[in-house]
Amino acid sequence: MWDWSFALEILPTLASAAIITIEATLIGFVIAALLGLALALVRIAIPWTAWPISVLVELIRSTPLLIQIFFLYFVFPKFGVVLDAFTAGVIAIGLHYAAYCSEVYRAGFDNIPRGQWEASIALNLPQWATFRDIIIPQVIPPIVPALGNYLVALFKETPLLSAIAVLELMQTAKIIGSDTFRYTEPMTLVGLFFLVMSLVSAALIRILERLLNRRTPR
Amino acid sequence: MTDQPMVRFDNVSKRYGALTVLDGLSLDIARGEKVSIIGPSGSGKTTVLRMLMTLETINDGVIWVEGEPLTHMDKGGKLVPANLGHIRRVRAKIGMVFQSFNLFPHMSAMANCIEAPMTVLGMKRADAEARAAELLDMVGLSQKKAHYPSQLSGGQQQRVAIARALAMRPKIMLFDEVTSALDPELVGEVLQVIRQIGREHDLTMLMVTHQMGFAKEFSDRVCFFYQGKICEQGPPSELFGAPKNERTRQFLRAVLEAG
Ligand SMILES: Nc1ncnc2c1ncn2[C@@H]1O[C@H](COP(=O)(O)OP(=O)(O)OP(=O)(O)O)[C@@H](O)[C@H]1O
Ligand SMILES: [Mg+2]
Repeated sequence: MWDWSFALEILPTLASAAIITIEATLIGFVIAALLGLALALVRIAIPWTAWPISVLVELIRSTPLLIQIFFLYFVFPKFGVVLDAFTAGVIAIGLHYAAYCSEVYRAGFDNIPRGQWEASIALNLPQWATFRDIIIPQVIPPIVPALGNYLVALFKETPLLSAIAVLELMQTAKIIGSDTFRYTEPMTLVGLFFLVMSLVSAALIRILERLLNRRTPR
Repeated sequence: MTDQPMVRFDNVSKRYGALTVLDGLSLDIARGEKVSIIGPSGSGKTTVLRMLMTLETINDGVIWVEGEPLTHMDKGGKLVPANLGHIRRVRAKIGMVFQSFNLFPHMSAMANCIEAPMTVLGMKRADAEARAAELLDMVGLSQKKAHYPSQLSGGQQQRVAIARALAMRPKIMLFDEVTSALDPELVGEVLQVIRQIGREHDLTMLMVTHQMGFAKEFSDRVCFFYQGKICEQGPPSELFGAPKNERTRQFLRAVLEAG
């Protein structure tokens, strides 16, 4: 059933594919975290954008990520935007999770007492300094767990990139499987990798959470 | 220029929907004058301060600061609603202390006091820190510079808030019931600081207070607000000693009874 020598043989191939998975995760999450923050900020700074942004966010959250990936990869070229599979896939993942992250940030901003904004006005702080120095440093620490959950969720959805043939872990495992007719070892190893990485990131997030809480006594 | 009032409310009204909170308020406050605002809950006292701090927009009238419109600006001889740049320039003269302190919880007492001087006034960190240290000394917190708000008592937090406002070198200071959120034994230390800055700084001060004793002793003038209007005003000796208006008498009697 389980062939150790075969498992060892495919390990290097899977390891290099794992790098692609990790790259996709990190780049996707950076896009999600920054774009999500930008969406939440624009919403607050320019009130009339609140409605269009919430429609956009709802649209993205209510359609499957896989469809969005296909859209960027297969439909956008019809409008002259040609992206390679990795880029299209990572942007789609980043956009999708940006929608979720923007809601997390929004809840974070909503939790800041009005007095913090008013004190900033009374001190005549410009709006950008108010966001940078007063509001955002108070918004981030409490939402680290929620953002962390999305990081892990995003990571576990990277196998969707195999649908547009990005050579990440899943796609590589599938190729190994169809070439050798052995799926047990590659799929098990891939599953194990996701399990270990998820646990490791959850632990890292908890450590980060504790660090942030220590730095800002309340 | 020097005989200009420091603050002038010229026929200012504030409405929330159908509710008129301030009704054609006209009030001049002289340079260096200490004015207390008293009155029943909901009479619009806080709103007066918030409009002057530009935390609320006004529906009618003009607010002036040192002879210059705050809420409006001059455009070809006509007053038009002010843009943000104009508001920021004029409101730099005003500082405010809030009932709920509103310190920045993620910053130490020192950091609270240097944030705006560095970003708004462009002061160097060393200069801003030296100035903040002076002010924290003055409010009696020289030992607490590195403490975070959560590590300070309410009275200490409020004194940091006062130092933080003074660090911006305002000409006008607004105090909105700054001792109301404090335990009774901490009220004195904050009032003491206000007394001291009244003496030592050349400040125009406008304070909403329920501390009648303090209003009596500290202010040059007391304004009694009732339903969005100044119902009676005068020197504390007159307003407290011989109130002319029946509503004022009722209010003072009620406050006295409450202790
Ligand atoms: N944002 C708002 N929306 C609607 N009504 C408001 C708002 N802010 C204040 N009001 C109303 O305006 C009136 C005056 O409020 P204000 O806070 O100025 O009273 P106050 O004299 O400071 O009372 P207190 O002694 O209770 O602090 C009140 O009736 C209040 O309910
Ligand atoms: Mg009030």
